Amino acid sequence: MMHDEPQMPLSMHPKKFALWLFIVSIIMIFAAFSSAYLVRRAEGNWLEFDLPPVFWTTTAVLVASSVTMQWAHFSARRNNMTGLKLGMVLTVLLGIGFLVGQWNAWQYLVEQNIFFGGNANDNPYPANPSGSFLYVLTGVHAFHLVSGLVFLGIITVAAFGYKVHSKSMTRIDMCATYWHFLDVLWVSLFVFLLVNH
Amino acid sequence: MAAVDIPAKHDMAHGDDHDHDHEHHQSFIRKYIFSEDHKTIARQYLFSGIFWAFLGGALSLIFRLQLGFPKMDMTFLKPILGKWIQEGKLDPEFYLALVTMHGTIMVFFVLTAGLSGTFSNFLIPLQIGARDMASGFLNMLSYWFFFLSSVIMLTSLFIETGPAAGGWTVYPPLSALPQALNGSGMGMTMWLVAMAFFIVSSLLGSINYITTVINLRTRGMSFSRLPLTIWAFFLTAVIGVLSFPVLFSAALLLIFDRSFGTSFYLSEIYIGGEALHYVGGSPLLYQHLFWFLGHPEVYIVLLPALGITSEIIATNSRKPIFGYRAMIGSMMAITVLSFVVWAHHMFVSGLNPFLGSIFMFLTLIIAVPSAVKAFNYITTLWRGNIVFTTGMLFSIGLVSVFISGGLTGIALGNSAIDIQLHDTYFVVAHFHLVMGSASFFGLMAGVYHWFPKMFGRMMDDKLGAIHFWGTFIGVYLVFFPMHYMGIAGFPRRYYSFTGFEVWKELYLDLTGFITIAAGFTALFQVLFLYNFIHSIFRGRRAPQNPWRSNTLEWTAPINPGHGNWVGEIPSVYRWPYDYSKPGAKEDFIPQHIPLWETPESNLSHEIEPGAVGSGGEKVAMDRQGDIEAPTIVNNKEEKGRIDVADSDKKE
Ligand code: HEM
Ligand SMILES: [Cu+2]
Repeated sequence: MMHDEPQMPLSMHPKKFALWLFIVSIIMIFAAFSSAYLVRRAEGNWLEFDLPPVFWTTTAVLVASSVTMQWAHFSARRNNMTGLKLGMVLTVLLGIGFLVGQWNAWQYLVEQNIFFGGNANDNPYPANPSGSFLYVLTGVHAFHLVSGLVFLGIITVAAFGYKVHSKSMTRIDMCATYWHFLDVLWVSLFVFLLVNH
Repeated sequence: MAAVDIPAKHDMAHGDDHDHDHEHHQSFIRKYIFSEDHKTIARQYLFSGIFWAFLGGALSLIFRLQLGFPKMDMTFLKPILGKWIQEGKLDPEFYLALVTMHGTIMVFFVLTAGLSGTFSNFLIPLQIGARDMASGFLNMLSYWFFFLSSVIMLTSLFIETGPAAGGWTVYPPLSALPQALNGSGMGMTMWLVAMAFFIVSSLLGSINYITTVINLRTRGMSFSRLPLTIWAFFLTAVIGVLSFPVLFSAALLLIFDRSFGTSFYLSEIYIGGEALHYVGGSPLLYQHLFWFLGHPEVYIVLLPALGITSEIIATNSRKPIFGYRAMIGSMMAITVLSFVVWAHHMFVSGLNPFLGSIFMFLTLIIAVPSAVKAFNYITTLWRGNIVFTTGMLFSIGLVSVFISGGLTGIALGNSAIDIQLHDTYFVVAHFHLVMGSASFFGLMAGVYHWFPKMFGRMMDDKLGAIHFWGTFIGVYLVFFPMHYMGIAGFPRRYYSFTGFEVWKELYLDLTGFITIAAGFTALFQVLFLYNFIHSIFRGRRAPQNPWRSNTLEWTAPINPGHGNWVGEIPSVYRWPYDYSKPGAKEDFIPQHIPLWETPESNLSHEIEPGAVGSGGEKVAMDRQGDIEAPTIVNNKEEKGRIDVADSDKKE
């Protein structure tokens, strides 16, 4: 019996752990934006307008992409390579679809004369923070989504090279975590906008 | 025992055995420039920090000349400052730029990057018993983002319109409208870009520090056995991960306001009689976002210094730290509270007075954990066998300036008093003592104390003592009189006050005195620089454990290679503060010495039931099972000692 033997401290996979911390810092960025939004809104002089209806579609697309991501993950764990590849490709396509939809949403805003910037000197419809905030929230989210797509791309290539399987799950685990996070983040932003609009 | 290393650890600490074997084949570039070794990265941060400290100090000397001797002919500075000196006078807008850059450089580049970057990097793996950071690559990236940020910030000093000039807090509208000030043009853009990179660097660093502390500790290194340095670095990193992203958001919105015509922070405003048609923005919003980082930031700057001090004071008082758990508790309290006090910087910014009183209440609470820490330092010193190493002098100095500066914080925390004192020299005195000087002393203490581990040589003690006394007396001469000026209403960030009869008569002598004292203090820093550089090449060779300290870094070879320990990483059997333990043979018992080797000093709760009842056999068995690790370490210790003896003879 080794009663004096010191214990190995509890630990998690460091890379996965670091990913969670990275997610925390992204949450803080959006916490800052959304609280700024609330504080600013409470001060009045706030332009009211309708949210682009296409948000409902893009939300559905992104949620669907989480499902395919999860399917790819399950397939990898069961060494079902066809399922894995198909799942990854679908996820990438849905992710791109989401971005296209967000772009449409911006176009819709422009058609409604809701602009990101511009003041009364050079624009008959000066930008109001309420509109600018919408661009910032969706834009910064889209930026992170692009980083998620890059991650997905790397894993997809690896999947086609048979480097992702039940014995080598770390990367796809992390990819799935990040992708689900981006999904949850968007859904929360959407709910936040619905409630505070 | 290597077999017990969990797999996760192996695949992460890339540095492990592999790199170790190949160390000698590493190219110069990989070894000294794009290195992934945490020790090299720490030294890179240290050198950069020292460079910035001298630059930031030089800027302050220039504006101190203006403040102390407003009538002075500054033509002699023309070779350096060029067109910023006209007819012997300093350009007023450049004065503002100097103040801004001084603040930015000192807070972010010296006391955040230079302090955390150096010591978190250097000490975390060495003190928790890890081969390197969780990700050496991200760590390297963190330094190079910082480097990029430094280059941009430095370049901004030399552009035609001058660097940012709106104060280190860069409040809009001054910072948002390029036409507001010379420095609000290109200089401000570069400031924002540099800070964006700085934030990325800082986040990469913090994420790495937290991950490493939680996941890569050696056997036996439970949280309750972590040195207080590590606790401090850990909590600092936690604050960083939570607060720097918010500054990023604030800066992003500011960038949009400046370059994309949004009006987050701008509302109806006239410049030079011309109306700018911004609608609906709120400058107060920026202040909220900025100080949500800004206040935690002051603790990001301070906590590492406090951690370093805890370690040095315990070691050199030859006493266990007083209130180990209270220290951890108060650091945790500070971590939490630092996020809920930010609006005490905004009492006069048009904050709702009711909200003001809530923030006042929360602010005053933060004085409690701060006081607990000060109390614990003093009680650790109390009746200790104090060894006055230079590191120890600076640590004691820290306690002094921390108390003097902290007390004025309590005054400022009362909104009724702050309304009088805000934006006067009283605030300048407060934060230069409690943040500037305290963290600077912590930085210096750390450099003197861990220099032997960083460079394998010792710094000169006599020069160190002179440096300490010059600096200690100097900072009090500089910052103490500022309290009086502040109480008299003397405003900060004014280029010239001679237009105001009262202040001119009362305080011209005093500001002149402060300037001279500042020059005097600066001279001693040159002495430090000499000592530092000279000792890197010519210092006395360091023994294995020069301060007879308990923590793990002193069990690694005197000049550790990449991977830190040759062979196995030592296990940890006790907390790091077994100094002057009653009954012990020596006045310190390092963390890697097992309890069964020190039966003479073990306390009742340290004797495990199994070991007591069943007698010698089991203990003997354990010894055999474990004999490897401790012996290897001991051998090295002896080798180290022999080295020293040899080299001493040679010199
Ligand atoms: C006892 C605890 C403390 C209290 C109650 C306190 C309170 C305050 C208050 C109310 C202000 C605002 C003054 C004004 O602008 O009118 C202030 C400013 C400041 N404090 Fe403290 N403080 C404390 C400790 C610290 C510590 C430990 C640090 C840094 C390590 C620090 C750094 C600063 C800085 C940098 C400023 C000025 C920022 C600026 O306006 O440029 N304080 N403090
Ligand atoms: Cu504060």
